[in-house]
Amino acid sequence: MTPVCELSALLPDRGVAALLPDGSQVAVFLTSAGTVHALGNIDPFSGAAVLSRGIVGDRGGVPVVVSPVYKQAFELTSGTCLDDPSTGVPVHPVVVADGVVQVGSP
Amino acid sequence: MTRTLVVVGHGMVGHRLVEALREKDATDRWRVVVFAEETRPAYDRVALSSYVDAWDASALALAPHDGAVELVLGDRVVELDRTAKVVRTASGRAQPYDALALATGSVPFVPPVPGRDLPGCHVYRTIDDLDAIRATVEGARSGGRRAGMVLGGGLLGLEAANALRGMGVSPHVVELGPRLMPLQVDEGGAGLLKRLVEKLDLTVHTGTSASSIGRDHRGRLVAALSNGVELDLDVVVFSAGIRPRDELARSAGLAVGDRGGIVVDGACRTSDPDVYAVGECANLDGVVYGLVAPGYSMAEVVADRLLGGSSAFPGADLSTKLKLLGVDVASFGDAHAKQEGALEVVVNDAVAGTYAKVVVSDDARTLLGGILVGDASKYPLLRPLVGRAVPGDPVALIGPSGGVELSLPHDAQVCSCHAVTKQRVVDAVASGDAVDVPGIKACTKAGTGCGSCVPMLKKLLAECGVEQSKALCEHFDQSRAELFEIARSTGATTFTGLVSRFGRGRGCDICKPTVASILASLDNGHILAGEQAAIQDTNDHFLANIQRNGTYSVVPRIPGGEITAEKLIVIGEVARDFGLYTKITGGQRIDLFGATVDQLPRIWRRLVDAGFESGHAYGKSLRTVKSCVGTTWCRFGVQDSVSLAIELELRYRGLRSPHKLKSAVSGCARECAEARGKDFGVIATENGWNLYVGGNGGFTPRHADLIASDVDTATLIRLIDRFLMFYIRTADRLQRTSAWIEGLDGGLDHLRAVVVDDSLGICADLEAAMARHVDNYADEWRGVLDDPEKLARFTSFVNAPGTPDPTISFREERGQKVPVLLGVPALSGANDPAEVSR
Repeated sequence: MTPVCELSALLPDRGVAALLPDGSQVAVFLTSAGTVHALGNIDPFSGAAVLSRGIVGDRGGVPVVVSPVYKQAFELTSGTCLDDPSTGVPVHPVVVADGVVQVGSP
Repeated sequence: MTRTLVVVGHGMVGHRLVEALREKDATDRWRVVVFAEETRPAYDRVALSSYVDAWDASALALAPHDGAVELVLGDRVVELDRTAKVVRTASGRAQPYDALALATGSVPFVPPVPGRDLPGCHVYRTIDDLDAIRATVEGARSGGRRAGMVLGGGLLGLEAANALRGMGVSPHVVELGPRLMPLQVDEGGAGLLKRLVEKLDLTVHTGTSASSIGRDHRGRLVAALSNGVELDLDVVVFSAGIRPRDELARSAGLAVGDRGGIVVDGACRTSDPDVYAVGECANLDGVVYGLVAPGYSMAEVVADRLLGGSSAFPGADLSTKLKLLGVDVASFGDAHAKQEGALEVVVNDAVAGTYAKVVVSDDARTLLGGILVGDASKYPLLRPLVGRAVPGDPVALIGPSGGVELSLPHDAQVCSCHAVTKQRVVDAVASGDAVDVPGIKACTKAGTGCGSCVPMLKKLLAECGVEQSKALCEHFDQSRAELFEIARSTGATTFTGLVSRFGRGRGCDICKPTVASILASLDNGHILAGEQAAIQDTNDHFLANIQRNGTYSVVPRIPGGEITAEKLIVIGEVARDFGLYTKITGGQRIDLFGATVDQLPRIWRRLVDAGFESGHAYGKSLRTVKSCVGTTWCRFGVQDSVSLAIELELRYRGLRSPHKLKSAVSGCARECAEARGKDFGVIATENGWNLYVGGNGGFTPRHADLIASDVDTATLIRLIDRFLMFYIRTADRLQRTSAWIEGLDGGLDHLRAVVVDDSLGICADLEAAMARHVDNYADEWRGVLDDPEKLARFTSFVNAPGTPDPTISFREERGQKVPVLLGVPALSGANDPAEVSR
């Protein structure tokens, strides 16, 4: 587990990007419901490391982040792309301890 | 085997014939050669008068043909050899044909008035004619307002008079008959029409003609009318009717009518079965049709026949609905009550300026025709009822109370331009092929001609039980316009408040930016303040445009495109120091590409310190107001376009709207700023400014329409304030101004009524809202730089703020850096982090 930031640094329904020791990038989200999620930051459709900058919301009640490049939605809990279920991004385990968000390997 | 069709003439009907054939000829049985006498391809002659607005011939262009069509311009066919089946042209080309279609149209009739050949006398038929009239008007030496005479007070004569008005000429309309538009309108309607057009600086002389035209000692034209009146003139336009152009057919021995016109049968075949004639040169049962709609249906018949079909000319609907000089005129069916025993019911409201007449059969049961002047809104309902039972009291059809609710019979023609019946529309809707008006247009063509039936199409959709969903997304059942009113009237300032009270769920990438835009239009402070930061699209969230490799572009505002050397140097230095790719845009700004998120605040610090502001290139908001150099430098400019462009850009900077907005100001009619391609564009005139709205470039380019002319600067700004605020409040999400205007009930006329005449009484409110925007404007980038909390969001990695994003790399091209696109990772191992994060 890698500590990435204070929980208080996160804006509800918005993401931040973090760098893991192995050089991979994660997008960390705090939802307005209070849950924290970490997904791979690279949008598989554009190849750009931008998923952390997408809009967070829900599709049919499923919490998602929408890529800011070509607007595909990714499920926050599974990383599955709702617009193309054969595609997805990795999901990283998240722990919040003592107000610090920690992210592990998927 | 491919055969050759030769079409003589490339007017609207010739064009339609080729278009219809190409549409239906799936196996390319016909190769087509078209000879045009004019040096330009077919254009919308019906809209000829609008050419005067901007002198842009391309605005009238019709769709070009495909590669199976050879279009020969500027070469007239001079000989038709039916035995050899060859035509010969003025340039000497001999072209064999298997089938020939004559679409030679007509020529204006010029009555034998002495002096009719003097310089300054013109006909009104082609773009070249209008250019020649303009040259005469501009060369006129008279001081003060120029005067012109239009000989002929029919439909085309009034069109010509309108064009003269557009050139700053006061027209006299001289009509031999006892009233204006004698073919379409009766005495009562013409009386009102005369009253309405005389308010517009037209002088109408009826029951008289010109007996001679001469020149006075100063070289000005003088016309003597047969009633003794003398007119001093700068220009004369003949518009006294048309004559079919049948000389080619005549010399080839084809049958022609007693009063001209190539005789054809119901298949539009001439006396030679391999030769067809269509449009205004054809004579069917002794009638020459001078309208485009019958010509179009003849073109469809010939295209069908060429492909082995058996369709025949269905007879012509001579109904017309026009707006002449801003006055609605419609005439349909037996407008003059010629049928035996026909009864007329007239509602003549001199106060309101409307005249309406319906003609019914002697038993008052069948609608035969009618005339509408001043208000033709009932035309789409009444015209299809011609020949059918009158539902109830005929007076109720045209009564001021709005009349009865009419339901059309299924075989009634809804769209007369494309002969589409109600049944055809209902079938398209019932089969699910069409779920809205654009869908109906796409699968039936209804509504794509003159557009007068579009309100009827909406009614038919409702009649078919199709509810037009206005829900913004799954979280809100309301339309954007409704949400705007909700936010405005409840004073809501947060997305959470709106969605919990008026919607459901947590929102999405559709409703969040929409609400963000609404809140910004209602002046809720900085767009990144508090909860608003979370609902912005990525561009607004970082106040920069995301590019394909995840970097951003930076666009400082350069109002009106005017910039000092010092500022240019600053932009150059910033680009150099941060290694940014630099490009000058079509909107007269300089884009700096390739900035990473963490560089944005440092770049903007430099720009803000040098006096730059955000250019809002990232927002659905006002982008630029482009300008030419105007009177300051240009020999031709008539107003200071640069100062106005700067004033407008500064006034509307930062204004959030449903779609991005662009504008331009041109200093003269040469239109170097391309103002008519903008959401709102201004073109200088000698007397002030012309305001155009609803134009756009992009995927479906559209020229803007004139909404006000010759206004002063204060009036202009007031009208733009109203236009923009009305748009912001009522348009759908991501709806451009052009689509918004097309979608308004009543279209451009309704818009003009609301923003120019204040028909809804909301203009003071719209102006006040814009005044608030202007007063509250603050530069968004300065707001970020002054706020450590907002600045903190501009980091590459929350746990490694200084580390650059390893996925971003550049290479060099023409001396600048451009992105290296990483291959999109293989998706088979989507759950393998090594695979996707490489």
